[in-house]
Amino acid sequence: MGLLDQKFESSNVVITTMDDLLNWARLSSLWQMQFGLACCAIEMMAASASNFDMMRFGVIPRATPRQCDVMIVSGTVTLKMASRIKRLYDQMSEPRYVISMGSCSNCGGPYWEHGYHVLKGVDRVIPVDVYVPGCPPRPEALIEGLIKLQEKIRNESLVQKKAV
Amino acid sequence: MTETTETIKTSTGRVLRTEEMVVNMGPQHPSTHGVLRLEVVLDGEIVVDVIPHMGYLHRCFEKHCEHMTNYQQVVPYVDRMDYVAAMTNEFAYVVAAEKLLKIEVPERVHYIRIIMSELQRIASHLIAIGTFGIDMGAFTPFLYYFRDREKILELFEMTCGARLLYNYIWIGGLSHDLPPGFIEKTKEFCKDFKTTLKEVNDLLNYNEIFIKRTANVGVLPKDLAINYACSGPMLRGSGVNFDLRRDDPYTMYDKFEWDVIVGKGEMGAVGDVWDRNMVRQREMWESLRIIEQAIASLPEGDVQKAIPKRIRPVPGDAYGRVEGPRGELGFYIVAEDSVTPYRIKARAPAFVNLSVINEISKGAMLADLVAIIGSIDIVLGEVDR
Ligand code: SF4
Repeated sequence: MGLLDQKFESSNVVITTMDDLLNWARLSSLWQMQFGLACCAIEMMAASASNFDMMRFGVIPRATPRQCDVMIVSGTVTLKMASRIKRLYDQMSEPRYVISMGSCSNCGGPYWEHGYHVLKGVDRVIPVDVYVPGCPPRPEALIEGLIKLQEKIRNESLVQKKAV
Repeated sequence: MTETTETIKTSTGRVLRTEEMVVNMGPQHPSTHGVLRLEVVLDGEIVVDVIPHMGYLHRCFEKHCEHMTNYQQVVPYVDRMDYVAAMTNEFAYVVAAEKLLKIEVPERVHYIRIIMSELQRIASHLIAIGTFGIDMGAFTPFLYYFRDREKILELFEMTCGARLLYNYIWIGGLSHDLPPGFIEKTKEFCKDFKTTLKEVNDLLNYNEIFIKRTANVGVLPKDLAINYACSGPMLRGSGVNFDLRRDDPYTMYDKFEWDVIVGKGEMGAVGDVWDRNMVRQREMWESLRIIEQAIASLPEGDVQKAIPKRIRPVPGDAYGRVEGPRGELGFYIVAEDSVTPYRIKARAPAFVNLSVINEISKGAMLADLVAIIGSIDIVLGEVDR
């Protein structure tokens, strides 16, 4: 607030498009589903803890899918877990986004060849918006992925009908 | 799934029944610390039965070991088993492999391994206590602890380049020697960290609310702990004085002076949730003591001298075990006449410790179940392997 305080002479008016306003609001408060799967979840925790502080981007972990905008799939998706992830994704309200974090959820990671119980990429069950590579990706990489997602949201249009 | 447990008659003679209810906790639940699913049978708010369901993170560890082209390639998969304490896992596997291959490693390697695994123990306990604090409604200790955990990760990163999964401890040696400046930074860390430990001790462990929520909850008696083969802080929290670092001193642990921490039941019964948490808290002090001694007497030497060029053991088997942050972590290796292992079986402490959950949470409130899970400190990667 200090930056803006006393900077304006009178109460001004800002004109913008509906899309810009909505998108600006949506991308600044991407609530994340608190949902850790494997090793990558530890880096996700580190990303939202003191040093990296993902909350400054408006990413607040919520425990229930109904309040969330983005699901960060952080870790190995096993066959047993895949149906649960699908269900959690279905429970989220639209518009919803998915960040796939780490090689495992991108493509199976170190378990791609002999992992008989590992799903080779979470995009086989749910659509993915941003892929973050790494095993595990550093917290900085996750934040980069988040910024990429924000860019994507910025260019979306909720108002205009989508071309079919 | 419901059944009648008891019938009550009202004054008018109508029969009231209470019924049990089954609630699923997990696999997506913020306080199951991963993808554990608990099937909880409840009578009102009282827990009648807890059935853990596992396998949501089964990553086929043993299958991968069979398919690696040599023994060294197993190490990264071992890392990924208990991802909160990767260094200790490597250490355990390497202890077993070196026993099998009868390799003698230089003293410097032993010392560095001990420094690393004690740093890792601190990092792991920091996560355990921090997330346990969140479960109990205290967020601040989590932030303090993660800030200091990052300092440990920085040390690891300057040593081997990785933050979480290291592939640092190799069979017969280490992937890198200590980098310049490591000793000074570690000393600095040991000094600074003591302040945080004191701070959080007052903030969390002796906090009235925290004590009320954890004392006398989930009491694990001594005999039960031994019968269920619990180990680590779980066992010591119940007052059993047993620590592999002292009782089966692998590598060079017998050279250092430190104490085994046991739970004494200061706030309630021996072996309650508070005790287990406190054992972790105090163990960090002991780890600091070991690190300081090891750094002070670090010998010189070449850390890669004993690394074998080609690993082909004589057929046989070996079991190596270390005291990990969660308890006795062991690897049993069976070798045949080949460059790949025939079978590698891991004895995961978190899996064994989890099996006692049914016994200790009977009769507790549902909210206490969260405290009990947090105090067991499970890592699902290790439970399911
Ligand atoms: S990508 Fe690597 S670090 Fe992430 S869950 Fe998979 S194995 Fe673990």
